[in-house]
Amino acid sequence: MGAGVVLLERDLCGSRSSGVNFGGVRRQGRPLSQLPLAQRAHRIWGQLPELLGTDGEYIRSGHFKIARSESDMASLERYRALSSDFDLGLELISAARLRTQCPWLGTRAVGGSLCLEDGQANPRLVSPAFALAAQRAGAQVLERHKVDEVAHDGAFCSWCARRMRRARSKCRRPCCSTARAPGPAPSPPSSARRRRCAAQPVMAVTEPVPHFMDWSLGVEGGGIYCRQVARGNLVLGGGTGLTLGRPRARRPRRHRHARGAGRRAAAHAAPCAHHPHLGRHRGLPARPRTGARPQPHHARPVPRLRLRGRGLPDRPRRRRGAGRTGARRAQRHAHRRLRHRTLRPPARTKHHHLSVPSPAIPT
Amino acid sequence: MRRPAWTVAAVLDTARLADQLAATPAMLSQPAVFAKGVYYVGWLRAHGVALHGGVRPLRVLGDEAQGRVTGVAWHDGDEERTLACDAVGFGYALRSETQLADLLGCRFDYAPMHRAHLPVRDAAGRASVEGVYLAGDGAGIMGADAAEWAGERAALALLADNGVAVDTARAAALERKLDRLAGFRRGLERAFPLPRDWAAHAPDDLVVCRCENVTAGTLRQTVAVNGADEMNRLKALSRVGMGRCQGRMCGVAAAEILAHATGQPLQQVGRLRGQAPIKPIPIGSCPPKGAS
Repeated sequence: MGAGVVLLERDLCGSRSSGVNFGGVRRQGRPLSQLPLAQRAHRIWGQLPELLGTDGEYIRSGHFKIARSESDMASLERYRALSSDFDLGLELISAARLRTQCPWLGTRAVGGSLCLEDGQANPRLVSPAFALAAQRAGAQVLERHKVDEVAHDGAFCSWCARRMRRARSKCRRPCCSTARAPGPAPSPPSSARRRRCAAQPVMAVTEPVPHFMDWSLGVEGGGIYCRQVARGNLVLGGGTGLTLGRPRARRPRRHRHARGAGRRAAAHAAPCAHHPHLGRHRGLPARPRTGARPQPHHARPVPRLRLRGRGLPDRPRRRRGAGRTGARRAQRHAHRRLRHRTLRPPARTKHHHLSVPSPAIPT
Repeated sequence: MRRPAWTVAAVLDTARLADQLAATPAMLSQPAVFAKGVYYVGWLRAHGVALHGGVRPLRVLGDEAQGRVTGVAWHDGDEERTLACDAVGFGYALRSETQLADLLGCRFDYAPMHRAHLPVRDAAGRASVEGVYLAGDGAGIMGADAAEWAGERAALALLADNGVAVDTARAAALERKLDRLAGFRRGLERAFPLPRDWAAHAPDDLVVCRCENVTAGTLRQTVAVNGADEMNRLKALSRVGMGRCQGRMCGVAAAEILAHATGQPLQQVGRLRGQAPIKPIPIGSCPPKGAS
């Protein structure tokens, strides 16, 4: 007998970050601390038809990380050695072999690392399918229920959603919040002069083009990522857009697509982009707080927040020799507040630099 | 006069003559436009083009091997009829291209006459977002004359809002003209109404979204299996409106089918969110690295 679950979703399950992301499903490149979880997820992904009744277009197409320099290649080699305990089956591919296999990649790629068992899926199908499966398994899924308040009186956890303002609901179980940035909480300092804005990955989908690529592509050190789905559409992304004010996940303001290898892959078939969107960066999940009294558990990653002062550049960076500006101070303050509210992420491992934040975390 | 390279086989109209007669008083508010319409119908009759009113289009007949149209079939209220032809032009009224207003964050409301969600604007064309002014068919189908007048009125509002003295009498006159035209527009909708039972009769194998090849049956199945009750959810699950046209061609039809399949009024099913770029852009046209 499992736990009784009530799932509250402010919108529709899978309509936000879990349904609007790149759709890469990979283990390669993840920090070692994440690999046990990623391995477990990998097994679950293999059972999607049995668990969800749909494969969500999941295929183990292979994930290829491109090295653009010898140092990138060395970094990939190092990662392979460090992750050898996890049996990822990483295979380093030389420049010569790459030229034969993917001539369209151009000459800048000096090689790369292939994880044949990693793959890709369609997040807009998978995420709602998980919600439906949960419902079939007995979970109470309440969509369009924005949670305004969560409290615990010692015996019961209660929440208050906008639609249930008069009838607070209670449950005996601890609550688990999986809200993500820019979710309903936490709020940054409520100064009228500053606005919160989150940097988010920018992606696009092209019209279908003749099939030319099996692998899901990434670049060592980050940059662009690209995959081609069975219908022929390219899904590609790279760079970040800014979310201004209210969440505008589907209203990108900036597009910096199709640079480098992505541009080359795209130019291969000269398609038209018709469907760009902003996804969500996903940081490391925060660790639940332990304590005698049940608390709401926040599974939210520490959001990558930037504060933007009026008239300041989009990306306030500390200049050499410059003192701490107000914006900088506010930014630090906000991060401190957020950390206190959302709990610290796991300590960085010394290999952390090998990973790049990517929206392609399996959901 | 040179003979055209083609001849019109017939004009099939879902509206009935009774609809057009009932709408005549309202349409007489714009006598010139009304006279133009009467002239066109007269021209067709004079040139022997068959006009069929009150029809229900059933299907386009075609030769699949050759990939060409061979005719059209419709129901005239009594029986099924067919007509041989080489091409078919087809449409149910017009829809507004509201994506720009959507991306600018303007508020939308359901407009019952247009059977669509349209950006909210005041009589002068001011949208809900400060500094955004709306005019023309992108804010609601009103025709070319109204687009000119609304554009002029919005320009006057923009100037006035920026402290420039404008001719207020001219602004008031434009608003009156637009108001009168709204009456004509209602008449037009009365004369050529969208068949209200269209969604109920659309066959399952009807291709609603041509970019992504999504049929009415697929949409209905998505509603039944996944419980989709909102347009963007339907899009996410079925890919309707996700293709090259981004729902400009199929969004209205899909909304009608969704509303019918879920038993909701049309305004409840929402509208497809606008996505930039509004028209497809070739990726090669992105500025190269280093360009500002």
